[in-house]
Amino acid sequence: MSATAQSGRAGMSLAPSTHLRRRNLIQLLITKFMASATLVSVLVTVGIVLSLIPTTFRLLKEITTQVFGTVWAPLFTPSQYGMAPLLTGTFIIVSIAMVIAIPIGLASAIFLSDYATLNLRRIVKPILEILAGIPTVVLGLFGLYVVNPEFVEKYWPIGEPLAYTALGAGLMTGILIIPIIASVADDALSSVPRAMREAAYALGATRREVATKVVLNAGLSGVVAALILAFARAFGETTIALMVAGSYPKLSANPGDPMQTMASFIGFAGIGDAEVGSSAYNTIFLVGTVLFTVTLILNILGNRFIARFREVYE
Amino acid sequence: MATTSTSLQSRVSLDRRIKDFTFTTFLSISIVASLAFIFYIIYRLYNNAGFLLSWDLVTFFPSYDIDTAGFQSSIMGSIWVVGFATLFAVPIGVMTALYLEEFAGKRNRFTALLELNIQNLAGVPAVVFGLIGLAFIARGPLSWGFTVGSAAIVLAMLILPVIIIITREAIRAVPPSYKEGALALGATHWQAVSKLVIPSAVPGTATGTILAVSRAIGESAPLLLLGALSFVTFNPTGLDSGFTILPLAIFKYASDSREEFQVLASAGSLILLAILFAMNLFAILLRDYTLRKRNI
Repeated sequence: MSATAQSGRAGMSLAPSTHLRRRNLIQLLITKFMASATLVSVLVTVGIVLSLIPTTFRLLKEITTQVFGTVWAPLFTPSQYGMAPLLTGTFIIVSIAMVIAIPIGLASAIFLSDYATLNLRRIVKPILEILAGIPTVVLGLFGLYVVNPEFVEKYWPIGEPLAYTALGAGLMTGILIIPIIASVADDALSSVPRAMREAAYALGATRREVATKVVLNAGLSGVVAALILAFARAFGETTIALMVAGSYPKLSANPGDPMQTMASFIGFAGIGDAEVGSSAYNTIFLVGTVLFTVTLILNILGNRFIARFREVYE
Repeated sequence: MATTSTSLQSRVSLDRRIKDFTFTTFLSISIVASLAFIFYIIYRLYNNAGFLLSWDLVTFFPSYDIDTAGFQSSIMGSIWVVGFATLFAVPIGVMTALYLEEFAGKRNRFTALLELNIQNLAGVPAVVFGLIGLAFIARGPLSWGFTVGSAAIVLAMLILPVIIIITREAIRAVPPSYKEGALALGATHWQAVSKLVIPSAVPGTATGTILAVSRAIGESAPLLLLGALSFVTFNPTGLDSGFTILPLAIFKYASDSREEFQVLASAGSLILLAILFAMNLFAILLRDYTLRKRNI
């Protein structure tokens, strides 16, 4: 053994020197160490699933078909677990948000990809990022103090809107997701090859025709992804709905009414520090499971669409 | 008409020109509207609460007496919670990103699964992270209670996927020739990565981390479930101490029925926005600086 090492030093053997062996050992240890760090993210997902599923099933076994009822009052006695008010509340607020955010978000994306000069882009993009960075509690505050009393209460024609309205929450959630639509869709539209635009210009198309008929079509899968991801974000938004739409799960189709969403219920019930194992505690996890499942499906779908346009153009 | 004209513009029919003009106007209005909104929200907040802005606001503790009510414990709480969350999430996030980009080798089933997992984790609603915190950390097996430690772990889980995604992008942006040169000179893979790739990826990672951290500072929903919406009149002293955070202090004052406390909530929002804008600005400047350096 020592003879080999000696001859190795003399340059006769191809066996690695101790120095090289030590370097390789360090490399191996570090690689293993990093590989174990990647497991943390897996652990988080497993943790989420494990925290949600058992409690949800325990509660579902207890309440079974009650979830299809129309009254949501899990924190009262006797408890009622009809999820319809949460579903309609979520649906209405998310729909309003999408109606606001789709035109403005897409317009911003088209503006950035096909209309803005490079310098203008360098100014507008960071400002959109700042809009994306406004905390939800500030948007909620604005909805509660400004949008509800000054706009919804004054101008909403149906019923008599009071301090809390789904419309206000929908509007503020819409503002929250504008930057998401704008930035994901802009990524998609900007990656459409120049040649396609130039071909269309050569055929005599105007800028609008190029943007809407060529670029928008070519980047469609990315635009769809933008809408899906924005939808998922609005779906899971808690604080805005809680502050602006109140915490009363009213089954109503009038956006001027207070409403509760699935996410805002979790926030609302969580404030009370429910006792572990109580039905209030279990309900949070039931609603959380629905929220997690729906957003998971939406995110997988959205990322598929993103992968598709990346495959085609990058 | 068209035959005598040499201008290309005039061959486009009036109808199409009007449509183009309308479309451009619509785009401009949309973009101006979303930008104007930022200024409007700040204007309204300032109009409502600007007169309150003073050091007292930052140094006073929460109080039922409006004259001595401020945000000190919540600002300190935010610093403690987000500070520890960053401390937990950044090393793990950076190592995960390094492994995926540099050491995992060819794409296989494990790395594909890992990537899918990270992508989806980034899209999980924030409030769901509060649920896992409630089930396993604050209550349940760990039972750390509603403490700085529990909250920091929850926020760390929330920003981990963001940090991984951003760091991977920063690593990918390092020219492969750096590493190849070192490998050709006989460095091990780890030496090449630690001496060349990591230093070059630092600015990009830093930019991304600042943005992720500023998201964590503004985040309120998951910590609602960890008892952060409470009346805390002391600064945190350790991982096991109770806490509140700035966004939830704002939330608390906002839901008070007395108007002067609602004004206080607006003042708190201004402080929060000032902190976030400063961080965003720093991140943007850092990114601009690195891009320019790379282009030269």
